[in-house]
Amino acid sequence: MRASALLLVAVLAGCASLEYRGTGDLGIVVERASGSVLVVDTTARTQIATVNGLGDLSHASAVYSRDGRYAYVFGRDGGLTKVDLLRTRIDKRVVQAGNAIGGAISQDGRLIAVSNYQPGGVKVFDAESLDLLADIPSAYGNGATRSKVVGLVDAPGQRFVFSLFDAGEIWVAEMRDPKRPLLRKFTNVGKQPYDGTVTPDGRYYMAGLFGEDGLALLDLWQLEKGVRKVVPGYGRGEQKLPVYKMPHMDNWAMAGDTTFVPAVGRHEVLLIDQRRWEEAGRVAVAGQPVFVVARPDGRQLWVNFAPPHNDTVQVIDTVTRQIVKTLKPGKGVLHMEFTPRGENLWLSVRDDNRVAVYDTETLETVATLPAQHPSGIFFTARANRIGL
Amino acid sequence: MVRSGPAARILGVIAAAFVAGTALSDPTPERQSQLQYLLLQDCGSCHGLTLKGGLGPALTPVALAGKSPEMLRTVILHGRPGTPMPPWQPFITAAEADWLVARLLEGSYAR
Repeated sequence: MRASALLLVAVLAGCASLEYRGTGDLGIVVERASGSVLVVDTTARTQIATVNGLGDLSHASAVYSRDGRYAYVFGRDGGLTKVDLLRTRIDKRVVQAGNAIGGAISQDGRLIAVSNYQPGGVKVFDAESLDLLADIPSAYGNGATRSKVVGLVDAPGQRFVFSLFDAGEIWVAEMRDPKRPLLRKFTNVGKQPYDGTVTPDGRYYMAGLFGEDGLALLDLWQLEKGVRKVVPGYGRGEQKLPVYKMPHMDNWAMAGDTTFVPAVGRHEVLLIDQRRWEEAGRVAVAGQPVFVVARPDGRQLWVNFAPPHNDTVQVIDTVTRQIVKTLKPGKGVLHMEFTPRGENLWLSVRDDNRVAVYDTETLETVATLPAQHPSGIFFTARANRIGL
Repeated sequence: MVRSGPAARILGVIAAAFVAGTALSDPTPERQSQLQYLLLQDCGSCHGLTLKGGLGPALTPVALAGKSPEMLRTVILHGRPGTPMPPWQPFITAAEADWLVARLLEGSYAR
């Protein structure tokens, strides 16, 4: 008895990071050039540790295990890395493709899906062991070519939904038997879907289109109705402006009945009325929007931009639909993430090697953290949200 | 037939200087570092920080083998209609595009 108590004391003393704590206020910041992630604490607004060895993170995203302990990080080089936020180290890592873009975790938390560019398709892994369970090649047309896969999300019904950039298709994979996905394919959804997102209730999947003006919408409650085009021709045939960074649709930005998306090739945020799926207006902004993110309460939108306007962030009031503030956080603002209830927003400033934390009411900086070329910021609140 | 007239020799010298990155029209060292940063960060958004590809194709010497420098310069400056490749002419000159093409073909920044 005494020996075991002594052992416990020794273990606790030796592993400070193992003291009891929850992970609900933790997150990661991707350091894109050094292949590392920072584990951060959003209450203390500080960095807890650096975890190295995640490979090429020049494009990276992450999802969380439902217990909020593990981050699954999807790297550009096809690396899938499971990071333990409490032990602040890599738990497991596989390189599963030559070139990857993102991933998702299943409704039951047992499956991790990764969307790949090369070879094109989706691979599904056991969330615990990272063992490969299913391989879904994105072959299209006559079957000889594989498409790059984008916009992969989870949806209720143990499903993954994703878009085929080159093919112009949306596929729904039902994973009740993880080794035998049931595929439902929707073709001719529009030209070059570049990303996709799902409503917080998991009902609607929407893919942004790069090759034409409009978005592709799929009602996951009524698959038989097929994919419909939303706000087609929003550019009104005008010449598109060049796009120096692909827009992203990280989480579905909405307030009340209105959805907000980046216009492509236009310096505008598009408003879509979700009752009729028609355009409800647009807000002129400083450049080509990359991320349009809504504060969790939906009252504000924060927008960042493609080069040469990537030193700017604009805050839009969703009631007045006016820009309430134009911020200049620094060159290379790559990503933004709200704390779980939205009192703060963290954003990465790549070229200044720092992460800035804003108070979303005063719109002032309340903290700054050093980080090496930071890009994506992902907090554990994502663990329990459909589609994230 | 091997041409060895004065004109061909001058062309050869120019070509050699170009390949070695010492042509008279080279950007200043400061501008070169800006261009390198643009290549890795902005081109890298689509082509990968290691230039091994992403939404856009790989830009490694192997991937670019057989493609003419003139064609590559045109793509950089004017983009490729029908694809997400935008025209970079607002930000870089033709000479700077040539310099970038030379660096890409010699693999200076591919990792």
